[in-house]
Amino acid sequence: MSARDVLARFEATGKETCFHGRHIDPQIYAGLDGSNWRLKDYEARGGYQALRKILGKDGGPGMAQDEVIAQVKESALRGRGGAGFPTGLKWSFMPRQSPVQKYLACNSDEGEPGTCKDRDILQFNPHIVIEGMAIAAYAMGITVGYNYIHGEIFGTYERFEEALEEARAAGYLGDRILGSDFSFQLHASHGFGAYICGEETALLESLEGKKGQPRFKPPFPASFGLYGKPTTINNTETFAAVPWIIRNSGQAYLEVGKPNNGGTKIFSVSGDVEMPGNFEVPMGTPFSKLLELAGGVRKGRKLKAVIPGGSSAPVLTADLMMECTMDYDSISKAGSMLGSGAVIVIDDSRCMVESLLRLSYFYTHESCGQCTPCREGTGWLYKMLLRIEHGQGRAEDIDTLDDVALNIMGRTICALGDAAALPVRSFIKHFRHEFVHHIEHGTCMVGAGSGAATRKLAAQKVGDRA
Amino acid sequence: MSTVQIELDGQPIEVPVNSTIMDAANKAGVYIPHFCYHRKLSIAANCRMCLVEVEKSPKPLPACASPVTQGMKVFTKSPAAVRAQKGVMEFLLINHPLDCPICDQGGECQLQDLAVGYGSTASRYQEEKRVVLNKNLGPLISTDMTRCIHCTRCVRFGEEIAGKMELGMAHRGEHSEIMPFIERTVDSELSGNMIDVCPVGALTSKPFRYAARTWELTKRRSIAAHDSLGSNVTVQVKQDHVLRVTPLENEAVNECWLSDRDRFSYEGLNSDDRLLHPMVRDGDRWVQASWEDALARAVAGLQAAGSSSGWLVSPNATLEEGHLVARLAKGLKSGNVDHRLRQSDFAADEVATGASWLGMPIAEVQGLKGMLVVGSNLRKDHPLLAHRIRHAADHGGALFALGSWREELLCNVAGQFALPPSQWETALEGVLAAVEAERSGKGGAAKKDSAGYVAVAAALCQDAPRAILLGNEAINHPRASRLRWLAQRICEVSGATLGVTVEGSNAVGLAAAGVLPASRGKNAQSMLAKPLSAYVLLNVEPSHDCGDGPAALRAMNAADTVVCLATHMDGNADYADVLLPVAPWTETAGSRVNCEGRLQAFVGVVPPAGKARPAWKVLRVLGNLLGLKGFEQETIDDVRRDIGLAGDQLAAALNNALSAEPQTAAPELGGLERAGFVMPYGVDAVTRRARSLQKTADARQPVAQMHSQTAAQLGLSDGQAVRVTQGGSAVLKVQIDDRVAAGTVRIGAAHCDTVALGGLFGALKVEPA
Repeated sequence: MSARDVLARFEATGKETCFHGRHIDPQIYAGLDGSNWRLKDYEARGGYQALRKILGKDGGPGMAQDEVIAQVKESALRGRGGAGFPTGLKWSFMPRQSPVQKYLACNSDEGEPGTCKDRDILQFNPHIVIEGMAIAAYAMGITVGYNYIHGEIFGTYERFEEALEEARAAGYLGDRILGSDFSFQLHASHGFGAYICGEETALLESLEGKKGQPRFKPPFPASFGLYGKPTTINNTETFAAVPWIIRNSGQAYLEVGKPNNGGTKIFSVSGDVEMPGNFEVPMGTPFSKLLELAGGVRKGRKLKAVIPGGSSAPVLTADLMMECTMDYDSISKAGSMLGSGAVIVIDDSRCMVESLLRLSYFYTHESCGQCTPCREGTGWLYKMLLRIEHGQGRAEDIDTLDDVALNIMGRTICALGDAAALPVRSFIKHFRHEFVHHIEHGTCMVGAGSGAATRKLAAQKVGDRA
Repeated sequence: MSTVQIELDGQPIEVPVNSTIMDAANKAGVYIPHFCYHRKLSIAANCRMCLVEVEKSPKPLPACASPVTQGMKVFTKSPAAVRAQKGVMEFLLINHPLDCPICDQGGECQLQDLAVGYGSTASRYQEEKRVVLNKNLGPLISTDMTRCIHCTRCVRFGEEIAGKMELGMAHRGEHSEIMPFIERTVDSELSGNMIDVCPVGALTSKPFRYAARTWELTKRRSIAAHDSLGSNVTVQVKQDHVLRVTPLENEAVNECWLSDRDRFSYEGLNSDDRLLHPMVRDGDRWVQASWEDALARAVAGLQAAGSSSGWLVSPNATLEEGHLVARLAKGLKSGNVDHRLRQSDFAADEVATGASWLGMPIAEVQGLKGMLVVGSNLRKDHPLLAHRIRHAADHGGALFALGSWREELLCNVAGQFALPPSQWETALEGVLAAVEAERSGKGGAAKKDSAGYVAVAAALCQDAPRAILLGNEAINHPRASRLRWLAQRICEVSGATLGVTVEGSNAVGLAAAGVLPASRGKNAQSMLAKPLSAYVLLNVEPSHDCGDGPAALRAMNAADTVVCLATHMDGNADYADVLLPVAPWTETAGSRVNCEGRLQAFVGVVPPAGKARPAWKVLRVLGNLLGLKGFEQETIDDVRRDIGLAGDQLAAALNNALSAEPQTAAPELGGLERAGFVMPYGVDAVTRRARSLQKTADARQPVAQMHSQTAAQLGLSDGQAVRVTQGGSAVLKVQIDDRVAAGTVRIGAAHCDTVALGGLFGALKVEPA
């Protein structure tokens, strides 16, 4: 299939972003074609063997809770939602012996601009998440779990519900799973499409039926989570990685990636590339390789910048990025973060002021409004950028932008404030000259290609006031 | 309790574990700027003003929400901390109007104050400012929502203290707004506290709006006069006018809260019908008179009546006033003195051993683990006591309530019994039997608990603080003495404490000071049942303040002489012969005893209006003019010394116990019954004249509330106009409410629409009008 065809299909349906066969050693996306999502297909791919293994239903001795956690620790699996927290360590925080009800939550509220990996997992391989969650529940002695699915993906939610029914019918969920003493009830919950509900404590509030607003931490969910009970929350991709680890050992998973960055990672490559899509590659794959998988920069243009980890990650210049490998430590060393793995590629035809304005609009729109720096600061940043974009910038605006962003960072209840501030600071750091040009000349440095989007935003702003 | 050592701005201090940095700073006397933090509310950590630097923490931490740890080093004024605080202040101000001179909060605004310390001289913000539409929250709270800084104190107050979420934060981000439910107002009886907790000018007092600036006001301490709690207040005065009343913190009494009644009733003080001159009756006209003439007329009437005079005192009268009234009556050899104006069964008087009171300190109420509240419109009669009870119920206390309806108590309720008043006695007998069974070991599992009394018994017999509280309706009940005896028996067997919530702000004090019928003297009911030749009324409007208003008016009209010491002109004052203008609580010194037996003295905060004089002085002069002994007092302190309730004497006078079973002659009730309750804003002459309170939801015209079954039996529908007959009659609208006990019609009393009805309780007839 030609690159043009892939792009056409992606643009037409928006669904088939992971069937291109250009993954490297895939685990989660391995063997998917869009139709083989059902239980029998998953079992044929080796599905639910890990669950059988830990429960001793595969002829083996089974695995104790500690052994499961030890394997996950050994695998160096880190949270795939964006923060990269070691999963095994998080699981060990759960007070397993506590007699109170404990909950497991899967964060499928995938809202980070540029990210669409979890949707494909749930849509095309839902049982891998169910199995991963069942294993996690077993390891932490949890009996009830929820999968909180983003509000704007209706088909995916229905698909997951269907998969849950299959799993229940087959005895992989419910009471006394596979005849063991282990019981686990898993439910799907459909959100309402607020970005903030992807923040773990806002997700819990939303699950409880309240307005999705982050809670102040401490206390952390491990001690005061859903309904005030100990709760562990992981990303969809994190849970999806677990069955492979149990089947093949943590050591094997670690060897797939690089030290401290175990396993494969799905990157949602978007922006100015020929073949955008989800790419599952081992941790530590060079960025240049990933760019190659995505067909290179569109129309042979020159790479200008890359946002390597979703819209809240600081932007990196092409030079910096081409030296990176795709793993937590390398990207972090370069001054950004791997985040959710959404790689946004920006070529030399893009205006960085307009790009930042777009991002800034998103954070203003999605700020929950609870705490002062984020509620007031995100709007302020957006309004200043809107002025600069429209040729009404002032010389002092750039420093004010940077200072306001600095005043938001680290002062808020949750990470949304940082997420809104980091792009601003990094865009100014690396592309200050473009902002200066906008202010001095009242026009765009790169010119072409920005008009349409600008008009659209202006219209949005008018709409806001109405 | 174990403690940790921390260092705060270089000072080592020791604080309990689980303290927050804010707690530690409060303990050390270090001020950390804050907006959303309020020590009585849950922690939101949303304003971010209290960010402080903590050693080893990469980010500044909010002091209100961050727990201390051993060895923690906190810097509240370091460059990093101040930078964070100034950053937050800048954010708070960018969308806040910078027009303090026209803001009603100006001068008493936390944002304004802190902006002086943490704000910048000029704003870097060059963009458009946000405008937020105002909301109509009702007649008490005025809004300027553009000024809101989204601290959510008002929201948390509603949820956590008032018990009902009437405000919330809708929308998100920049568009977040505090708002009520659509087209609803804030109707809580504690709503005024939202004004106090609001740190900016977003929520301000509607009655006080634009009346004065805070620095023009003189702030004077006093004691609120409209319920038995005796809330401590600050009365704010400008040019001898009371312009505002706010709570004065007293953790043992009202904490930092105030009920709307105590807060806004000041509006009634200077209403148009305030009595400013002595008045005497000339035929069917009222004419102004000098004090000499008016007093002479009063003296003549009283001398003629002598022992056939009756003396009715408002339960809100001060100890000093009550004491002098009792002394005057005694001087005229009349034993007819009473302040229990709405009571109808006095059989317990024979066996009473002391003044009725709460039976415990107010602060202990919130620690109760078992509660049975009998016959109370709890939230409206006792707004802040209800808050303490809610606290107890929401922290593991089992709350049971017996009354004429299932009042919405806004907390965890273990059980509620809605029964016609005639069946309360039977219910208490049931509880007594269950308690006896529980104590003799026969209770519990074996017996079925169809009526639910076994659960009550279990709550009252547990080994933890527990009490039965008799509400106003239980005390005013036609067979109150029986209810009281049964409650006492239950307490004796179960070991629970017996308490009376007490109607009136000084009923405990007046009872303790002996403002009660002397032996063979007549009580408030018998004084009216058979008219006497003269009456003296101290701040009593008989139609509204007496249980049976029509009977009271008949007695007044039949008397030869009626002398009124009143703050306001009673609309029905044609019965009177002399009107002596006296000072309300803000214009006189005095003292009152609240429900927990706390004697609280206060002084006048403004001079008496017009020719009005403090009632104690008027009574003293009356004593002189009548030639009686014991009226030589020069000061309020002289009167107070005379009363003899200093020190332990007061505590000794309080006792809820009856020495023997009272013998009541009151008939059993039956048929369709009225359950009368005093309208929340009809409790006294001043409150009835408070304009804004009279516009609230709680002051809506009385209706005939009844269960749908009752309405069906009577063939009535919701909203239908009916003629209610109980002695006199009134035309009211039916309101179907299934919380009301079947066979009962709840009708508010102390309202001009219902004063024609006789008595709070009793049989009544309801027919289509």
